Amino acid sequence: MTLTVDDLRVHYRTLRGEVRALDGVSFGLADGEILGLAGESGCGKTTLGKSLIRLDGRMRHAGGTVTLDGDELPLADDRAMNAYRFHKISLVPQYSMSALNPTRRVGRMIRELLASRGVSVDTDELRRRLDLVGLAPDVLDRYPIELSGGMKQRTVMVISTLLDPSVLVADEVTSALDVSNQQAVVGALTGLRDKGLVTSMIFVTHDLGLTSHIADSIMVMYAGKLAEKAPTTVLTTAPRHPYTRMLIGSLPQVGARYKDKPLSGIEGSPPSLLNPPAGCRFRDRCPLADARCAEEPPAVEVAPRHTVACWKAA
Amino acid sequence: MRRYFARKLLVYALTFVVAVTVNWMIPRFMPGDPVAAMVARARVSQPEAAEAMRTYYNNLFGFDEPLWQQYLHFWGALLQGDFGISIWVFPTPVGDVLLDALPYTLGLMIPSVLLSWFVGNWIGALSARRKVLDNTVLPVGYVLTAMPYMWIAVILAWALGGQAGWFPLSGGYSLDIQPGWNTAFALDALHHWVLPFLSLFLVALGGWAIGMRNMIIYELESDYSSYLSALGAPQRLIRRYAFRNAVLPQVTGLALQLGVLVAGALVTEIVFAYPGLGSLILASIQNQDFFLLQGAFLFIVIGVLIANFLIDVVYVVVDPRTRTGMAGGTS
Amino acid sequence: MSTRPEPAPEPAAAPSTPAAPSEPAASSAPAAPSTPAASSAAPAAKPGGEWLHYAVRNPKLLIGSFLVVVLLAIGLIGPVLLDNGNPNEYVGPQAAPPDGTYWMGTTTFGQDVYAQFVHGLRATFLVGVVGGAIAAVIAMLVGFLAGYRGGLVDEVLTMLTNVVLVIPALAVLLIINAYMGVRSVAVQGLFIGLTSWPWAARAIRAQTFSLRTREFVDLARLSGSGTWRIVFREIAPNMSSYLFMMFILLFGGAILIASSLDFIGLGPTEGVSLGLMLQSAQQWSALQLGMWWWFIPPGAGITAIVGALYVANVGLDEVFNPKLRES
Repeated sequence: MTLTVDDLRVHYRTLRGEVRALDGVSFGLADGEILGLAGESGCGKTTLGKSLIRLDGRMRHAGGTVTLDGDELPLADDRAMNAYRFHKISLVPQYSMSALNPTRRVGRMIRELLASRGVSVDTDELRRRLDLVGLAPDVLDRYPIELSGGMKQRTVMVISTLLDPSVLVADEVTSALDVSNQQAVVGALTGLRDKGLVTSMIFVTHDLGLTSHIADSIMVMYAGKLAEKAPTTVLTTAPRHPYTRMLIGSLPQVGARYKDKPLSGIEGSPPSLLNPPAGCRFRDRCPLADARCAEEPPAVEVAPRHTVACWKAA
Repeated sequence: MRRYFARKLLVYALTFVVAVTVNWMIPRFMPGDPVAAMVARARVSQPEAAEAMRTYYNNLFGFDEPLWQQYLHFWGALLQGDFGISIWVFPTPVGDVLLDALPYTLGLMIPSVLLSWFVGNWIGALSARRKVLDNTVLPVGYVLTAMPYMWIAVILAWALGGQAGWFPLSGGYSLDIQPGWNTAFALDALHHWVLPFLSLFLVALGGWAIGMRNMIIYELESDYSSYLSALGAPQRLIRRYAFRNAVLPQVTGLALQLGVLVAGALVTEIVFAYPGLGSLILASIQNQDFFLLQGAFLFIVIGVLIANFLIDVVYVVVDPRTRTGMAGGTS
Repeated sequence: MSTRPEPAPEPAAAPSTPAAPSEPAASSAPAAPSTPAASSAAPAAKPGGEWLHYAVRNPKLLIGSFLVVVLLAIGLIGPVLLDNGNPNEYVGPQAAPPDGTYWMGTTTFGQDVYAQFVHGLRATFLVGVVGGAIAAVIAMLVGFLAGYRGGLVDEVLTMLTNVVLVIPALAVLLIINAYMGVRSVAVQGLFIGLTSWPWAARAIRAQTFSLRTREFVDLARLSGSGTWRIVFREIAPNMSSYLFMMFILLFGGAILIASSLDFIGLGPTEGVSLGLMLQSAQQWSALQLGMWWWFIPPGAGITAIVGALYVANVGLDEVFNPKLRES
């Protein structure tokens, strides 16, 4: 296992109290695995991605551990985390378009960033990696304003993986792109893993369809908790959690006519995480809910590598 | 870049034309006979002198010509450096009077503007997101920047000049010294220069410090700062980048503030009776010497335009994006 | 314009500033906390409730607005409580330092400095309101029109703005006031307003520019609304906090320009203002005579009003822009 997350809890401080954005999540990430992390906005997937890299000022580590290559990450200690960032765990952020310093040429920024981490630049290697994602070496002599959105995104991908991290968190990297660019980015990310430049990857997205193209396994989250985690084919063809089923059922299919197969959203909205109700958090929206769901369902491994948190799945 | 400068120069040229036109128009569209009013106000005792003035100004205004010719003549005289003759110091050309005063104003303004800009930005950058420093810099900065220039000048003159007796209260040099290129005069002038300089420096300092502090905070919250943090870059590098980017609006801010800084220098000079343009303006108003006032106005406009252009050049040097033509990005 | 009113830094920063933080706040607020806010429809979850919550807890905003209100109250009530209507009348002993009767002492001529001060506060607020309001209106008309219409309208208005921006306003006011003579505080405010709008127009134009391609504006355009209707129904409300802060800066700026004009001797010829007090103190050598009670109160009054406005403004900025709050 590259990464093991055990009962991780991260809260947001807000005006009205602490929001339990991440409320006891456990999972493992195997060597070479690409894990798709899916769910509606507000389910905690972005919080999880952020927690692994850097807690922002309003986030608080409320419990649980994260173990990376055998070391427990000091999540709450911003300074101590620096030793792991970039070297061991890295990020392709949602805001890739604006992640580069506008007043530095890309090459110089990379040099200064690496120097600040005590690493010298291997120019040939840098060029090789740019080539890998389809960028000409002259991007190094350009200012970010001279690059297109797609180019900036790929540049950020190259920078983030320069030190061959064990885990790369790709946070909603495709949401701002059109379909053909999405394919290119997904291809580039898989390429990075296949070439061994990153060991494992967490691909955070709200787009379940796209995730299934890249991920080896998919984890679906709901209201700050894990709903279901399974290998991609299992999760997409034989999901066990009612929420996963509805999520997959709500995907539009190419060629299907609305008349024959109307798109169905999921009725209702997730519960408030300020004071989440006891029991299964999906039960208000769940067609199968019964009295037992008032008790919180544990995450159970129902088959090898297939974990579900639902009383009805066993 | 060429386009950038072309646009700027067009604005400056237009500004100059507008300023000259305003200058030409106002006396001509005032009710009554401006020449008679001026000569009457000048309180010239000898009738011959008054007659000479009247003839001179009537010629100058050229009232018998059509308006467009008057306007062209006005430009013609101006381009030959002819700003008219002062009433206050009668037969001296306005241009000469202004040129004598100019070194004092520039000697006061250039060091105070540049030093306050550099020191202010430095203090502001240090205090951003550092609680202890911020809690002192911010209130002091706001008090300084809210002070009318003439008031801080009066306070300094009273405390350091009057009470402590360290510096002279007024003038650009002692009355018993002849201006000239020698050490005695230089030291004396420097002694007189300190308080007006300090007034201008302190008020501007507060503004720059606060501006820099606020800009840096925005930059430290920006996406590229977050990305660097996510990659574990040290605060030193992140702050350096933030500072670099926060300086750009401060350079633009310098251009925006020029008018305010000039105004500050004028009133400060008045407090200290410092022999620069400000004191001339006061004298021209008290003596109704409109030619001198209008000449001073044009001098100030020209000075501000030149300073603006210099700042534009500096901006091109510090912001690489202006040099790459801005057209590279397609996103 | 007299003293760096146009917040040297602030407006310079302004074009980029409020735009930057307000947008991310709307679009990419952390997913987790925003959802509960939307779902638990408690009244406190309304955005209005949120900024009010921060407003009453922001010391800068509280101290700043408290000071402004106190000074305004002195300016409004102070003159009413005085027995004597004319603050320039020679009432007391000459050049007397402060005592029980004349709280701020008297001038060389025996005028009551306190009476002048409270009347002066009133005039100073008046010139700030008139100058700030006129400048704000012009800035909004020019900025909205240029930013929303774009194209040739934008080119022309931007050029005009830049030209007026470059000409030092005080220098123009010198010429205008010298030739025309300014009798009342309101007229002084009018001229100040006419010359001090450009930086604000530029900032509003930039804001409008970034808002005009948003969906809600497109929607209004598709539904056939006219330019001004869209500007005032859709665009202005979305930057109302920004417009308000801009007005505060224009207000403070107008006060400082007015005090400089007064000081040079081009102030209103009727009445009294804090700037005119400074001018007569200067003219009659209060400094050389050591009459500190004559020149300290008016300057302190101006500094307090303008400083309090600026501090309140930073407080407001922190209230409206979550990123600026100290966590």
